[in-house]
Amino acid sequence: MRRPSLLGLTLATSVVSLTALPIAQRELGSDEQAIHILNRLAFGPRPGDVERVKAVGVDRWIERQLDPRGIRNDAQERLIADAFPSVHLTASQLFAEAPPPNLVRRQARRQGDTVLTRTDSMMLRTAAREARAVVGDVIGARVARSVASERQLEEVMVDFWLNHFTVFAGKSVVRYYLADYEREAIRPSVLGRFCDLLGGVAKSPAMLLYLDNAQSVADSTRPTLGGRFGRAARGRGGLRGRIARRPQAAPRLDSLRAHVPRGLNENYARELLELHTLGVDGGYTQQDVIEVARALTGWTVPGARQGADGFRFVPMLHDAGDKTVLGRRLAGGRGIEDGEDVLDIVCEHPSTARHIARKLAVRFVSDTPPAQLVDRAAATFTRTHGDIREVVRTIVTSDEFFSRAAYRAKVKSPFEVVVSALRALGASADTTPRTAGAVALLGQPIYGHQAPNGWPETGEAWLNTGAILNRINFALAAAAGRIPGASARAWAGDSIARLSRAMQIDVVVQRLLSGHASSATREILASGRNPQLERIGGDSSETQQPGTDTDMIGLGPPNGARRAGFGPPPKLTGVAELVGLALGSPEFQRR
Amino acid sequence: MGAGRRAFVKSGALALVTMGLSPSFLRRAAFAMDLPKTKRGNVLICLFQRGAADALNMIVPHGEQAYYAMRPTIAIPRPQRGNDQTSIDLDGFFGLHPSLAPLEPLYRDGILAPIHAVGSPSATRSHFDAQDYMESGTPDLKSTPDGWLNRYLATKGTCEACASSAAESPFRAVAMTSQMPRILEGPAPTVAMASLGEFTVRADGDAATRLEALYRTGEADLVHGAGREMFEAVKLLKTANPQRYQPESGADYPRSQFGQRLREIAQLIKSDVGLEIAFADVGGWDTHVNQGGATGQLAVRLRDFAQAIAALVTDLGPRMSDVLIMSMTEFGRMASQNGNGGTDHGHAGAMFVLGSSVKGGKVLGKWPGLQREQLFEGRDLALTSDFRSVFAEVVSKHLGGEKLDKIFPGFAAHRLDWLGVL
Repeated sequence: MRRPSLLGLTLATSVVSLTALPIAQRELGSDEQAIHILNRLAFGPRPGDVERVKAVGVDRWIERQLDPRGIRNDAQERLIADAFPSVHLTASQLFAEAPPPNLVRRQARRQGDTVLTRTDSMMLRTAAREARAVVGDVIGARVARSVASERQLEEVMVDFWLNHFTVFAGKSVVRYYLADYEREAIRPSVLGRFCDLLGGVAKSPAMLLYLDNAQSVADSTRPTLGGRFGRAARGRGGLRGRIARRPQAAPRLDSLRAHVPRGLNENYARELLELHTLGVDGGYTQQDVIEVARALTGWTVPGARQGADGFRFVPMLHDAGDKTVLGRRLAGGRGIEDGEDVLDIVCEHPSTARHIARKLAVRFVSDTPPAQLVDRAAATFTRTHGDIREVVRTIVTSDEFFSRAAYRAKVKSPFEVVVSALRALGASADTTPRTAGAVALLGQPIYGHQAPNGWPETGEAWLNTGAILNRINFALAAAAGRIPGASARAWAGDSIARLSRAMQIDVVVQRLLSGHASSATREILASGRNPQLERIGGDSSETQQPGTDTDMIGLGPPNGARRAGFGPPPKLTGVAELVGLALGSPEFQRR
Repeated sequence: MGAGRRAFVKSGALALVTMGLSPSFLRRAAFAMDLPKTKRGNVLICLFQRGAADALNMIVPHGEQAYYAMRPTIAIPRPQRGNDQTSIDLDGFFGLHPSLAPLEPLYRDGILAPIHAVGSPSATRSHFDAQDYMESGTPDLKSTPDGWLNRYLATKGTCEACASSAAESPFRAVAMTSQMPRILEGPAPTVAMASLGEFTVRADGDAATRLEALYRTGEADLVHGAGREMFEAVKLLKTANPQRYQPESGADYPRSQFGQRLREIAQLIKSDVGLEIAFADVGGWDTHVNQGGATGQLAVRLRDFAQAIAALVTDLGPRMSDVLIMSMTEFGRMASQNGNGGTDHGHAGAMFVLGSSVKGGKVLGKWPGLQREQLFEGRDLALTSDFRSVFAEVVSKHLGGEKLDKIFPGFAAHRLDWLGVL
């Protein structure tokens, strides 16, 4: 692999700095190490970050990031509170502010309004719009924090765990519980104990609803703690009376039938084993899935559709029979302890240690992390009883992490492309959900992954034809000032704008690409010509007609329907054009 | 395309061999040079009515007394000659909603088959879950990571197959949507775009040219490879010259987003860019309130739906011989109307299959009846056909897909259960 010249330093100076450092035995030089940790433990460098990391020292900077509470972050927290107030609200508060339209409709029905007026319809449409907007604050805050937080590793871990324990905003009323999920279940434990994280997720309304455990109840053939469920459910008012905490919100019999749980639901139990803990080859059977599902019956969110807050264990829904989970017998007649025991069993399981260690190594090191590193990280997991901070420390202080093979080996996810571009430009955090919309356009809508396996952690999955195109168009839009808070002109300021073209290119390559640009790339930035194509006699004529690629822009539907995406093609000149090219370049797609 | 760039692309692909990159990627990169020569084959257009379209008012069982009893204010009246506010009789028992009039000639021509009481065997009434199952092709199984259309692409586009001559086009599978739909998610390459006009590098001046140069120069890695493919694809689409596109035979697409997206699908088909699977979706079917009858909310949605499809058929003209159009919706709606002049979530739904090889001109699917004891859970149209048996028949007979056990895992796709759609 070509070794790029770093930050415009000459070879001689990099050799000097290599030997001058105590961490010189690592394969990467000191600049490279600083760039590397900013790309892996953070969402890319902001202007001046490389110098700041070097001043602090690479190892000390890592230690600081591993202990985020020691890093002051007041400005960011104020920004979030001001710009995205609803991330601090509970689900019931959000329900009160923007009730889901079906609830509004049902209430209208109960009040005897069988004929809906035009005003009612308008009200319903407004309700639908506001209910959708509930997601806006949550996803906007995710991007803003990732751009602006000083606790970068914490945000990287939030991204990692929210993907590992993915939930989908479009399912049922999950959107009302997203803020609660991120705030209560995920954030407190991203560098804490895995068992705490798993427990928080298992009791979170968002996950209980997303993977249906909320409606998983003992099969009618099984004994429950509150008598036989079948009888209770069919008896009028039985289930309804005990579960719905707000009598005025009790659903009609029709809808009740539609929503009454039908028996055991294995969805969560299966993903708990396959995705969240042991891994697909982790050594469990279909019978284990069923037994885990039985143990978790009664873990639910009563009244979720009416906006109730929080987890409850409902004994009358719980399968009270004997169970055997992964070879361990759980005695009958118990309640919530069944589920708690299951969580303890799976989070202490050696397959879980391996599965989590490997996935973290894939995130931090490479798509194919060295087996020895995974082994050591798994051993740390086991030794520390799932202390995530220690597992991450094992990985990010390893020789493998600071190896030549790992350097720039990862392809950025769309989220990483957007956030790292904004950070590279020194952008202020966007206080609207628009940047989150850009992440969605690049193919990774936040809280928008339907299936429980989450977004891919590896590169190839992100690199399809349409995806690259969207990345390039995002880069051009960002350079043109179409992304709130980001401005190529502000980034460049007067000092860069006054430089010669050649020097501007040097600055752009150094600051936006951390010095990683081939001589061909520099040449193209300078001249617009493609030297390699010309050398082999390629027909660059087709690509040399300015404007031809943009002819298609006028193609939109004849009625001039809204153009999706990043708006009409921007006219980029001067430094802004160089910024657009750099952020859209192949080099910028790596970290 | 000049010989020079082909040589370059090829050498780039060879460079990949030495780097040990994945064969699937290598294959894609290596064949980029053959793109314009893709074989012209059959095309499947899948249309998803998101929100659960009301099957009973689309394909009206006007021969059922119970239908009129359960829907006192929203039922579509029995057919009446010369009255365009009544259902359009198909066979003396079923009729089309009057807004579906543009589809009537296709039914009379025998190329349109409405299918009743079809859908997912899952009992869920959640839009999310039911759409998820219809797109993953695995009812009641959440963990399926990919969509069934992608599994079709992956099982048919094996490397043995493409190593011969059939190059894979970047536009083999296109979703006319801003997000990749679940049905096309998976390992096989697919493209999602909100419009053809969006599929270009959006920059004035020579920024686009220079970006292309950046991706054509330098290391032969994944990122560069994908970028080169993308620029090939943009060019391929431009060669097809879609901006000069004029629909043929006076085809009149509605100006709705759905209508425009079908128009662009016709453009892609006629451009011979190697399209095999196209997908579009259309919302607005969740008619809980004031659904209307022969006129009103649902009637407006259905008119747009039917006009767009009819225009597509007119526009494609003789090309329809290669094309099959299939509509789906996640479930049907309750047999009885609710207290707001609408319908709540139900169970079995309806599909339309349209194409010259379709054995149409009759309503397919076993009719379960609307008497209370015939209804699913006493309230919804019961299911008599699994949607996978329709999908499997279409995949097998229209696309030549063979590995049905891989495309629909866990579904015993007995040919005997097929409805004889084709």
